[in-house]
Amino acid sequence: MAASKEHLLTTVQVANFAADGLLVFPELIPDDVNQAAMQEIDNKAIPIGYEKSGQELSNIWKESKGFGALFRLPQVEGIIRSLVGPAPLYDHHAFHKVGPRHEEGQIWHADNIIDPRQHFDIQLFYFPHDTPREMGGTMFLPGSHLRRIHETDIGRYQNFRGQLPMVCKAGTIAVGHHGIWHCAQPNHTESMRYMFKLRLNPTVRQRQLWNTDDLNDPQVPGILNRNHRWYGNDDRLEITQRIKFWRFLLDDDKWDAHYWLTRVENKPERPAPFFT
Amino acid sequence: MLRQKLLVLYLHYPALNSGVCAWSIWDGTGKEHHTTGDSDTPPYNSVIEAMKDGWRVIQFPQLNPAYPGMELTTSYLRFEYILEKLEDISNGS
Repeated sequence: MAASKEHLLTTVQVANFAADGLLVFPELIPDDVNQAAMQEIDNKAIPIGYEKSGQELSNIWKESKGFGALFRLPQVEGIIRSLVGPAPLYDHHAFHKVGPRHEEGQIWHADNIIDPRQHFDIQLFYFPHDTPREMGGTMFLPGSHLRRIHETDIGRYQNFRGQLPMVCKAGTIAVGHHGIWHCAQPNHTESMRYMFKLRLNPTVRQRQLWNTDDLNDPQVPGILNRNHRWYGNDDRLEITQRIKFWRFLLDDDKWDAHYWLTRVENKPERPAPFFT
Repeated sequence: MLRQKLLVLYLHYPALNSGVCAWSIWDGTGKEHHTTGDSDTPPYNSVIEAMKDGWRVIQFPQLNPAYPGMELTTSYLRFEYILEKLEDISNGS
């Protein structure tokens, strides 16, 4: 993949990804690709089943003018490269369908087993047609991605303060950290709802892969201190997780926001001087 | 004929007048259907507010110290209170 610098994410955008586990790009995909993608669904031109996991993404669907063209758009290549680097691997894809008059929401879940890595996968959530609230779409919980949970173990929660339904126009993409909590929402309309999901793995160390021209932007510490409304008393613990994640992304084990980790890491061993 | 309704409130901190971060309703009377994402505001602002409306607290969360090495880790919502109401469903009421 050869994304040019103009299509890479900025430091501020990646900081928002670190804080929320999610970036949303409204109407990013041009209509001809959206139309081709819908035709590929209708014609079953893209396999419903998984391709071979672990192969280079660039091998997949080379002739496709819909889903294959989607991740070859320079804007999408720039997003992918900024987060998982060049030559990412295809993990799996899925066409998620929610039928007409489907009144039950999917249970909250994350698409992972307990995953203690700082290294991370991304998932593209692509909405090829308009998705008004009565149609769903996917509900996300911003800021949930660094929690250590196992898949549907969170399935008895129903609602959170700050939950975010994807209400969007055709061509919108959300890019999520693999750990983000999400669930499909009921479809109260008479039409089938589609959402395409694609998971990608990095093949390089995820160190400052984005456009770092704004690396020292003064907004960054504030973004990483963002308090999502559902954290309650755990907000400061959550921020320490983000600081660790940001240190990983910067490759700087001293970076801090408002002294949170520096304080608890301060364990001086230097003998005190004698009074003279 | 009594049936149980459960209200689960997840609080900011363990005091019963603390604010609500998340919530679920499970209705054993069959009168209401609740699912994920069906509400943006909690039905009550605290456990004590729900108690004043007749809900009975049937479970307090235990306060467990962090396992060594897990002191800064976040996972499930910790301050989960379960409340119940019993409703008579005789005569279709």
